[in-house]
Amino acid sequence: MTRAIITVVGKDTVGIIAKVCTYLADNQINILDISQTIVQEFFNMMMIVDLTKSVKAFDQLSDELVKIGNDTGVQVKCQLEDIFDKMHRI
Amino acid sequence: MINLQEVIETNKMIEQENLDVRTITMGISLLDCADSDLKVTCDKMYKKITTLARDLVKTGEDIAKEFGIPIVNKRISVTPISLVGSACCRTPGDYVQIAKTLDRAAKEVGVNFLGGYSAIVSKGMTKSDELLICSIPKALAVTERICSSINVGSTKTGINMDAVRLMGDIIKQTAEETKEKDSLGCAKLVVLCNAPDDNPFMAGAFHGVSEADAIINVGVSGPGVVKYALEQIPDANFELLCETIKRTAFKITRVGQLVAQEASSRLGVPFGIIDLSLAPTPAIGDSVADILKCIGVEHPGAPGTTAALALLNDQVKKGGVMASSYVGGLSGAFIPVSEDQGMIDAVEAGALTIEKLEAMTCVCSVGLDMIAIPGDTPATTIAGIIADETAIGMVNQKTTAVRIIPVVGKTVGDTVQFGGLLGYAPIMPVNTFSSQRFVDRGGRIPAPIHSFKN
Repeated sequence: MTRAIITVVGKDTVGIIAKVCTYLADNQINILDISQTIVQEFFNMMMIVDLTKSVKAFDQLSDELVKIGNDTGVQVKCQLEDIFDKMHRI
Repeated sequence: MINLQEVIETNKMIEQENLDVRTITMGISLLDCADSDLKVTCDKMYKKITTLARDLVKTGEDIAKEFGIPIVNKRISVTPISLVGSACCRTPGDYVQIAKTLDRAAKEVGVNFLGGYSAIVSKGMTKSDELLICSIPKALAVTERICSSINVGSTKTGINMDAVRLMGDIIKQTAEETKEKDSLGCAKLVVLCNAPDDNPFMAGAFHGVSEADAIINVGVSGPGVVKYALEQIPDANFELLCETIKRTAFKITRVGQLVAQEASSRLGVPFGIIDLSLAPTPAIGDSVADILKCIGVEHPGAPGTTAALALLNDQVKKGGVMASSYVGGLSGAFIPVSEDQGMIDAVEAGALTIEKLEAMTCVCSVGLDMIAIPGDTPATTIAGIIADETAIGMVNQKTTAVRIIPVVGKTVGDTVQFGGLLGYAPIMPVNTFSSQRFVDRGGRIPAPIHSFKN
């Protein structure tokens, strides 16, 4: 299973999670976990997703998610989970 | 499962604290390219480099995108060229042809530097070594991406003082050949003692003869991350201070290990080592000097600086070693002047001198690095500086290096702009008393005794 972490950071905006989730559903990407918090007045959301059945390559997926973020004025990032796993788990 | 706080912490390191992987360096052996015909040698080298490293830059960019971690440089190191060219080069001009070929290969694959225009002369020089050394000023003037390094001493062999003396002249000539660009050639030339075979960092990178045919070495960085962690504990005692540096170094290095393994498997080239280094850049906050200030000295150079640097260097290693399966290269904190805004500030404030920098190199990697000095500094004085730095490396069984730039036409009070990652530097004063009689003696300094350590 290839897992990625999608983060959304920015000012709280109506419908941002809905947009990201719709996009993921349209591309056969399953959400495994989702959590959110407010840090220094900024909305921080994280999703752990399963890319195994994704209909798009990572490169395209990442670019399109960034674009969804830009269109709504928030920062969206998609990163493979390994970087967090390696850094925070021995 | 990874939680939100951990994700925020990692991304904050990347976005706000300048965490990056400084370089993926592919080491390539060119020994099998040697031929008695210069053109054949050049063709073989070009073909081998552009074949093996064809996907290096693209792979680095892919990894950076997928993991969301910047990989600043993609580079190549090759077998010391004095070995590869010995059968076909009869004049320094022949070596310059090789330098041009390497430069073309570097451009073709898109790497920003290629290291290994080098000779290992720690005990003696072959004719070939000497020709290569004499070709350096021209080679660095007519190429863009070539880096050169000369190893003039080691703990086991002592110091080749003939080579040290010669390098004094070569550095001056290199400065002269590139005087239109503020003697930039000297920024791509380093004189080493105990040079490692697997160093991924420029200008001293070369692919040693003890290495496999091709290898992936990775240099990590992250002084900004260490600085941020220390800012959170301004009054901590040494125990907590050291623990914090160790933990941070561990996290930084784990990212390097991940990138190295990915690059190695995607390129089909074995993973060599991670170089655990704190490598500063001129960007604000990406500074080793700032860490020293966080530890508690007003400016680098103040009394206590050497001790602060010693503890920093040691904790980075202790944290990093556990995070990586293979550690090598230079592995330590770098203290270049022009590439570190905090160091530049310290020089301008009058806190930091070349003599203090020399003392600092006893406890960290690597040496007198990116220091601009007056253009009228005699070659014998530069040789004297090299001899001092080499002696520190030889006696302390560590790598030391000298990368100084005698900027033609400039003197103390002027500044010099190198641009990009190389930064800018105020010209530092050099002790004006002569070393000529010492460096002109000729021969070599014997290897030191390895017992009776005091």
